[in-house]
Amino acid sequence: MIPVHYYLILSAVMFITGVVGVLTRRNAIIIFMCIELMLNSVNLTFVAFSSYLGNEAGQMFVFFVMAVAAAEAAVGLAIVIALFRNKQTVNINEVNILKW
Amino acid sequence: MSSELIVFLVLAAVAVLSGILMITRANPVNSALFLILNFIALAGMYLTLNAQFVAIIQILVYAGAIMVLVLFVIMLLNLQDEEPLRETLTKRHYASLLFALLTLAMLIEAIGWMGGDTLDRMQQQSPLAVANGTVQHIGDVLFSSYVFPFELTSILLLAAMLGAVVIAKKRFP
Amino acid sequence: MYQYVGLIVLFPLIGLFINGFFGRKIKNETLVGMIGSAAVGLSFLVAAGIFVEMLGMPEDGRSHVVTLFTWIAAGSFKVSAAYQIDQLSILMTLVVTGVGFLIHVYSIGYMHGDRGFWRFFTYLNLFIFAMLNLVLADNYLLMFLGWEGVGLCSYLLIGFWYDKKFPGTGITWTGDAANKAFWVNRIGDFAFMIGMFLIFREFGSLTFREVMGGAETLAVGNNTMFWITLLLFIGATGKSAQIPLFIWLPDAMAGPTPVSALIHAATMVTAGVYMVARNSALYALAPTTMMIVAIVGALTAIMAASIGIAQNDIKKVLAYSTVSQLGYMFLALGVGAFTAGIFHVMTHAFFKACLFLGSGSVIHAMHEEQDIRHMGGLKKVMPKTYWTFLISSFAIAGFPPLSGFFSKDEILWKAFSDGSLVLWIIGASAALMTAFYMFRMVTLTFEGEPRWAKDKHPHESPATMTIPLIVLAGLAILGGFVGIPAVLGGGNAIEHWLHPVFAQAHHTMALSEHSSHTTEYLMMGISVVIAVTGFWFGRRMFLADPEADKRIAAKTGFLYRLLSNKYYVDEIYNGSVVRPLVRTSESFLYRVFDVRIIDGAVNGLAKTTGWVSAMMRYVQTGVVQNYAALVVLGLVVVLGLLIFS
Repeated sequence: MIPVHYYLILSAVMFITGVVGVLTRRNAIIIFMCIELMLNSVNLTFVAFSSYLGNEAGQMFVFFVMAVAAAEAAVGLAIVIALFRNKQTVNINEVNILKW
Repeated sequence: MSSELIVFLVLAAVAVLSGILMITRANPVNSALFLILNFIALAGMYLTLNAQFVAIIQILVYAGAIMVLVLFVIMLLNLQDEEPLRETLTKRHYASLLFALLTLAMLIEAIGWMGGDTLDRMQQQSPLAVANGTVQHIGDVLFSSYVFPFELTSILLLAAMLGAVVIAKKRFP
Repeated sequence: MYQYVGLIVLFPLIGLFINGFFGRKIKNETLVGMIGSAAVGLSFLVAAGIFVEMLGMPEDGRSHVVTLFTWIAAGSFKVSAAYQIDQLSILMTLVVTGVGFLIHVYSIGYMHGDRGFWRFFTYLNLFIFAMLNLVLADNYLLMFLGWEGVGLCSYLLIGFWYDKKFPGTGITWTGDAANKAFWVNRIGDFAFMIGMFLIFREFGSLTFREVMGGAETLAVGNNTMFWITLLLFIGATGKSAQIPLFIWLPDAMAGPTPVSALIHAATMVTAGVYMVARNSALYALAPTTMMIVAIVGALTAIMAASIGIAQNDIKKVLAYSTVSQLGYMFLALGVGAFTAGIFHVMTHAFFKACLFLGSGSVIHAMHEEQDIRHMGGLKKVMPKTYWTFLISSFAIAGFPPLSGFFSKDEILWKAFSDGSLVLWIIGASAALMTAFYMFRMVTLTFEGEPRWAKDKHPHESPATMTIPLIVLAGLAILGGFVGIPAVLGGGNAIEHWLHPVFAQAHHTMALSEHSSHTTEYLMMGISVVIAVTGFWFGRRMFLADPEADKRIAAKTGFLYRLLSNKYYVDEIYNGSVVRPLVRTSESFLYRVFDVRIIDGAVNGLAKTTGWVSAMMRYVQTGVVQNYAALVVLGLVVVLGLLIFS
């Protein structure tokens, strides 16, 4: 029997991997994928707890997270396309107009 | 070492490695493929947790739909490789790494710190003993207790769809 | 019907609102005046009803408190809008509403044609409202509300003709005179407030009943009581124009004459007397303060009377006369003769209101001429004014059996029997001067040959003005009969009436019984002789030679200049207080404290904010990942707090 810790630690490692990716990569699409990775690590935590507690609420959450992720993917990728169309790049270092 | 543990360790290793490889590839297509691998490993892990429904939609929705969409966009934009990180390393990157590792340390600290009844009770249960992840069970719950959020999801998706169409259109109105 | 006491206060308030909001729209002067007068008249009727009812009650059951609503409640501090009806407050209410009503009626005639007619009646109603709150209040705070309210009305009405010049020391416009009154009063009010705080600290309550109840257990000579009573008395010196704060009252004559009659003679200025009388039980515990009150009163009486001799403005003479008479009242209070003080408040209200209204009538007839040297011979043109004026002058001079004789003689007698011979001598000298300057004024104004300019055509005033004069003159004759002393076979009704109010103070002071009747007769005789002497000199001297002032001035030289310049008190105050204050404000408070420190602090704060913002601006790099990194930093902090706390 595997203790629930194992899943949690795995989830934490994956989450931090995603964080590092978000903070260091410059390609907007890769950053976007890193966010998906973070979402998945959280999903893993949900499912682990759901199973260990015998409560299906966690899996319900996962379901809704996936729905949101799908919506986010659609909108996010649309933004990337719009960005690319205007700036001919998806490198976020070159997109710093949110500035004084 | 039990067979369960071996399966877990193998899947965990695949998940972590594919994650790390995903964030270190210069080519976005490679990254996307490693992410798909990561998702598949997670789906296997969901199976060991007796969550068949989630495992299946993980493959169908994530690995199937979303990642295909991502790959499609990558190829549509015909992106070049990103220049290697070491050429553009700044203080911010070190700081980011430090923050991330600090967070990791604290998360692990918090996980090890979590004790008491909940953990004991959870450790007595085998994940396989609980049969609540079947499609039938999930369907029952989803269309009874969670029917309202479920319906709301449809509005969310509709809004996202409209938003995506408007944003990605050639000219802003 | 004492539970309807709220109505007494309500009517002026209604009048105030009607005239205040719609007065400008009502083009009809008479209607505005009627509304204002009716409001006060109705109050008087209610007060009279309560008075009649109280007459039928047992002597100890005449004091009632009617609570309208809780005004302030904060912890143990609770103040209600409550009115206390007892013998003292009903007497004051009757005087205020009665004399107030007559003066309202008079004002209809006097203010005829003034463009601020409705404003005038609004202020008058506001004044009556505030004054009634002052006299009826059952606690210090409500009393203070009225106290400040009458001060405000005094300010508004002194400066009523704000575009008119008014000469004086450091004064150009009537508004300056109003400011002077307001500021001088402020000093007194400040002391009053501190006294009030001390009372709350000492007794834990602000209602008169609880404070007086608490005072019963205190020992005579209590140090706290000394300070409380002294501070309250300083408040009274401001409102009632005593040394050292009397300087505002003569300049308050800048206001219309009915105002001088109502506020600066009959009612408001006696508020201080009322307040001291109301706190008689506290004053009885502080013999030192009582002595101070008596001395200040006596000195004010003689000082103001002596200034009055050398004044030529008809209203100024009356103003100093008022200050002097107020001095008498405080002299009475200071020797423990609270009843005599209140009695004099009442009689003074009658004859001084009549004198002021009479002077208003004269001024009206003379087309704003106020200098008595340019009058004379008015007896024939305005007989009604002359006769009422004369009667009131006899009353104030103390001719028996007019009202002034009884009240003033009572004060002088008490000053002698309960005070000292010195106080009596001062009071008697002041009485001599009073008789002298009153008849100097009467003679110069009404007797002899006309000295006014050819283009003036004096005439008798209309009935709205003369009827109040006649009523007040009647009161000046009859008002004294409520207080005929026992030695003259009178019952001294007012003393019996007020006895329960002052019982506690009298008990504390344990005054000895009067000395022999012979002495009292003797003193009374001396008073009459004094009054007649003053009358005779004043009349003879100025009937024979209206320019007698010049001869006197030539003979006495410096002394006369001192008197006609009011002892240079205004100049001394200007030099010692006002100018240093102005200079300090100008050079230090304004240029250094305000500009450098206050403005500097404010500007410095703004500059610091600007500088910090300029620094903070660099955080906004526009690079998304910087923001993300900071979000993670926030995560670290939150997790750290959760884990390590």
